[in-house]
Amino acid sequence: MIELREVSRLFTVGGQEVRAMDRVSLDIASGEYLSIMGPSGSGKSTLLNILGLLDTPDSGTYLLQKWDVTHLNDRQLAATRSRTIGFIFQFFHLIPRLTAQQNIELPLMLAGVSQRERRERSRPLIEAFGLAERCHHRPDELSGGQRQRVAIARAVINRPAILLADEPTGNLDRHAGGEIIDLLEGLHRDGLTLVVVTHDPEIGERAARRIRVVDGRIASDSKGP
Amino acid sequence: MRPLDAIGFAVTSLGGNRVRTLLMLLAMAIGVAAVVLLTGIGNGARLYIVDQFASLGTNLVIVIPGRAETANNTPATLVGETPRDLTLDDARALARSETVRRLTPLNVGEMTIAWRGKERQIPLFGSTASLLDIHHLRLERGTFLPEEDMEIARPVCVIGAKVYRELFGQQNALGELVRLGGFRCRVIGILGSEGRSLGLDTEEMVIVPVAFAQMLLNTEGLFRILIEARDLATIDRLKAHINATVAKRHYGEEDVTIITQDSVLATFDKILHVLTLTVAAIAGISLVVAGILIMNVMLMAVAQRTAEIGLCKALGAGRLQIMALLVTEALLLSAVGGLIGLTLGFAGSWLAVQFYPTLNTTPPSWAIAAAFGTALGTGFLFSLLPARRAARLDPIQALARR
Ligand SMILES: Nc1ncnc2c1ncn2[C@@H]1O[C@H](COP(=O)(O)OP(=O)(O)OP(=O)(O)O)[C@@H](O)[C@H]1O
Ligand SMILES: [Mg+2]
Repeated sequence: MIELREVSRLFTVGGQEVRAMDRVSLDIASGEYLSIMGPSGSGKSTLLNILGLLDTPDSGTYLLQKWDVTHLNDRQLAATRSRTIGFIFQFFHLIPRLTAQQNIELPLMLAGVSQRERRERSRPLIEAFGLAERCHHRPDELSGGQRQRVAIARAVINRPAILLADEPTGNLDRHAGGEIIDLLEGLHRDGLTLVVVTHDPEIGERAARRIRVVDGRIASDSKGP
Repeated sequence: MRPLDAIGFAVTSLGGNRVRTLLMLLAMAIGVAAVVLLTGIGNGARLYIVDQFASLGTNLVIVIPGRAETANNTPATLVGETPRDLTLDDARALARSETVRRLTPLNVGEMTIAWRGKERQIPLFGSTASLLDIHHLRLERGTFLPEEDMEIARPVCVIGAKVYRELFGQQNALGELVRLGGFRCRVIGILGSEGRSLGLDTEEMVIVPVAFAQMLLNTEGLFRILIEARDLATIDRLKAHINATVAKRHYGEEDVTIITQDSVLATFDKILHVLTLTVAAIAGISLVVAGILIMNVMLMAVAQRTAEIGLCKALGAGRLQIMALLVTEALLLSAVGGLIGLTLGFAGSWLAVQFYPTLNTTPPSWAIAAAFGTALGTGFLFSLLPARRAARLDPIQALARR
């Protein structure tokens, strides 16, 4: 499903070159559950952003579902993001003036889906994520765990193939964080490809495949318990 | 994204910052109201003046001695040279046509009028009985100039209301003898005080028979000849008649200038129209100011909503879509502000009509369309820059901030 070939990403900070990704090659099969760990500044987020088409490589090739997406234009990138990728962020990034339900339906609204169809598709998610009572509340009236559940519902409402989560529990306490990981693993069991960036070894160890990134390179890639 | 959803989204983001939104609405509304109100007043003034002018009678034709080089009946011809005088005989010859309903010769000069030691300077008008109707004068007391041959220099005069007040006070003037220059002259009538027709201050003037005026002013030539055509349709034939008659009498030269009221009227109308447009344009500047305000506020909004814009991008919105979202917001503001402005403008012009009923300040429909259009246009134009800035935001950096 995902093939990175010798992908590099350079940043220049204060005249100095930083290799946030250094000739990374990585294959991810459909339906995999992958965790990415590593020290701060090692390039985890950069890798995730490249995978999610929010950023483009400076060199190398990226094949997404056998399709070369290395040199797409803005419109094609946006369309591909909308159709195939779901994002989950550490800081939730909900729009404060919209209700939970409106936040969940936002990707569909941007994609031009009718209000009726949006309702039909958000309803089951709201039920499944235990948000039924809170769906007309605004984000500042929700707990951190609930906010992240809204964000996850938003990430999957357009039925993406891949779910990318950058420290989804980084802003939650242990209990709420555990719930969120349970939820994500449930989605993975239903067939989604799941990639989680985390600092928490306990969470990282739960994944079937674990990648360690150091200085922009993949230092280890282990499967199985 | 569906247009209705885009509008709904814009409404929620505008509602997110009420004070800012209200300020922008106010700026737009004031701009539009100013355009509507000022054009209304300008247009009202134009209609008023043109109407006043038209009340003189549009089938009035004025014959002035001398041929102006810049022909074409514009007021520029008023300053022509005078190679050959127009005489009373010319006037009499011109009167002989079925296209002429009334005709009166006119002589004008400065003169002193005196009665029992009181005296004052007045503009003296030499004319005939027809002047009363041609110039829509109103007689307060007595009679106007007698209907008789224009060669008769009968020493009688009709005086303006102010002349009467200043010379006679409350006393009777009719039948009294006044001194005009070196001649004695009997007062036979007093003009009404309100008749102030364009170009003539009827309060101050003294009217005498034209032959008497020529004697007083010691001249043979006429200042001009006023002719009222039978109707508007005969004006062209009347002009031909005037040219032919003058040519015959002046050895083949058509050395007069003919001014028709409608050409003067058209020129006035044009000038006032330009004035109205100018005033509207000045008011339009306030719309541009409103536009700049919108731009500023939109730039602030983009800065404040960086994360939200980055999020929309991550969720699959392209650059064009982000731009469309912000432009929709600005257009919504302009449209609502514009509507409020139109309402205010109409309310203002309605109020103005209540206070000055003579001035019809109803704004012309083109002004309404122009004001609203300019509001939308500035809203659109000035939102492009902020929208472009938003569209170019790097979603990663936008989302990196909390
Ligand atoms: N937009 C940018 N401009 C310049 N340098 C950048 C940019 N983004 C990332 N970097 C640099 O690239 C390197 C990798 O950053 P990245 O955010 O991927 O690290 P990370 O592993 O996610 O770290 P953390 O665990 O703290 O989130 C860092 O040295 C960072 O300073
Ligand atoms: Mg990171």
